[in-house]
Amino acid sequence: MGTIIGAEIVFAHVMPQGYVPLALQDPDPFKLFGKNKEMVVLNDRPWNIEAQAHLLNEKITSNQNMFIRNNGKIPENIDVKNWTITFDGESVKAPKTYTLEELKSKFKHHTYQLTLECGGNGRSEFDPPAKGNQWTVGAVSCATWTGVRLRDVLADVGIKENAVYIGYHAADLHLSGDPDKEPISRGAPMAKALQDETLLAFKMNGEDIPLAHGYPLRLIAGGWPASVSGKWLTGISVRDKVHDGTKMTGSAYRVPCEPVAPGEKVKDEDMCIIESMPVKSLITYPKTGAQIKEGKSLKINGHAWAGELDVAKMEYSIDFGSSWTTCDLQAPANRLAWQHFSANISFPKKGYYEVWARATDSRNNSQPMVLPGWNPKGYLNNACHRIAVKVK
Amino acid sequence: MNQQHKEFRDSVKKIYQALVLVFGAVSLVACFLVYGMIDPGFSAFRQDNSVVDYAVVDEDENWDKIENGIHLRTGLKEGIGLMETVNNCTNCHSAKLVTQNRMDAARWAATIDWMQETQNLWDLGGNEEIIINYLVTNYPVKKKGRRLSLENIEWYDLEN
Repeated sequence: MGTIIGAEIVFAHVMPQGYVPLALQDPDPFKLFGKNKEMVVLNDRPWNIEAQAHLLNEKITSNQNMFIRNNGKIPENIDVKNWTITFDGESVKAPKTYTLEELKSKFKHHTYQLTLECGGNGRSEFDPPAKGNQWTVGAVSCATWTGVRLRDVLADVGIKENAVYIGYHAADLHLSGDPDKEPISRGAPMAKALQDETLLAFKMNGEDIPLAHGYPLRLIAGGWPASVSGKWLTGISVRDKVHDGTKMTGSAYRVPCEPVAPGEKVKDEDMCIIESMPVKSLITYPKTGAQIKEGKSLKINGHAWAGELDVAKMEYSIDFGSSWTTCDLQAPANRLAWQHFSANISFPKKGYYEVWARATDSRNNSQPMVLPGWNPKGYLNNACHRIAVKVK
Repeated sequence: MNQQHKEFRDSVKKIYQALVLVFGAVSLVACFLVYGMIDPGFSAFRQDNSVVDYAVVDEDENWDKIENGIHLRTGLKEGIGLMETVNNCTNCHSAKLVTQNRMDAARWAATIDWMQETQNLWDLGGNEEIIINYLVTNYPVKKKGRRLSLENIEWYDLEN
């Protein structure tokens, strides 16, 4: 068996009979991570798994329907009792380390429902295609997160006036196995770091954060690319410049500062870091492919979100965008949470329809009906979500 | 042959026999210990030999089995350059990351450069061209335009 694994099994003689070593197990991610069987695995090394639109119908996303986006290997053997987070960098007055217990006992707890969307959600639609995991629509979630405010902890650490950016460090492992490489180390400007809703979270939906989502400690920065919300957090560097960790530089999580034609080459220095995510929505009920009887109306519902902004208006079209009808739209549970919409649709006659959904944010930006501006890495696709319906 | 000589011969014989005995015993113990290192459970001497631990996995010989044009272990399509691609491109990340992506030769070359500069990928030598040819042949770029038609719809009756 050692030859299959490609290494000697050192303690093979004490391995229980019938035990299949982890390296050989055909991992069932649905069992491993407690995911819904309808979730779609895009990549198994590292794990990248997305939802389908209809799985996201819950008002508060449960673990089983929450997308997983990993850049490296999930850390193993987490010692939660001895877990610490260290604050350092050019702009701390002095480095300081807290145990997880200290964080929990020393600072006030806050709970918010926060939208986390992968910057590359919708990448699969870009033409020419963009490199990376080919997300369709399901790399978005809105769970409740409980933790302490990063702002409160930074005040306790003591930061200098020249602080510009925070960058996180985490316990995940680089795919190449190189211990000196961080799979990802992103961050946010101080203004985002100091928001009420920016948390060092230790609970998701009232329970310990699931391992795949950052147990035991995760930075949560709602409304921004979810890569800012670093998992398995072990450190925060307070920087006197824009953080230059892995996937902060080059073309990662950046789009051209000025619009470019599809396929155009863009120099690294002409790429700008993505901050707030754009306005977007999903029809989460019914699942695409519904056939209804003539004369019956169709109830639809879903969610809309707009990064740092509110969604001001939600509309649907059943005639390929020729006319739009307003949906009912609820206020968010709190800032940076998605908003629920619903509508009752009547169809004029039998036939094939597409229901298109279009959200408009508080600054009057609407979702485009076709692909938004092409960019080399395929970020920020907020084109209208569409479902197919037949009236028979 | 005098008495003295005979006594000497006898004592040498005794020492020789003792030495042979000691050497034999040491050899036996050594064999026992060496065997113990190889098979610490002394499983070959156990009555219960029915437990053939996890061995006899056919996968050993079928590690690179191809069925219906698909390399089973990675899901990659059979074709010229398959094994070069398997051996160089699926060590760190899954083949799914490869097959999800559709690029032309220049962009694959740039991606390989990026992996070499930042992700510890080794020099591919002559395999680079073989791998890129394999990828652009078996996973060509599809034109998608500004928006595709809705595809692969599973129709179902919705009672409402």
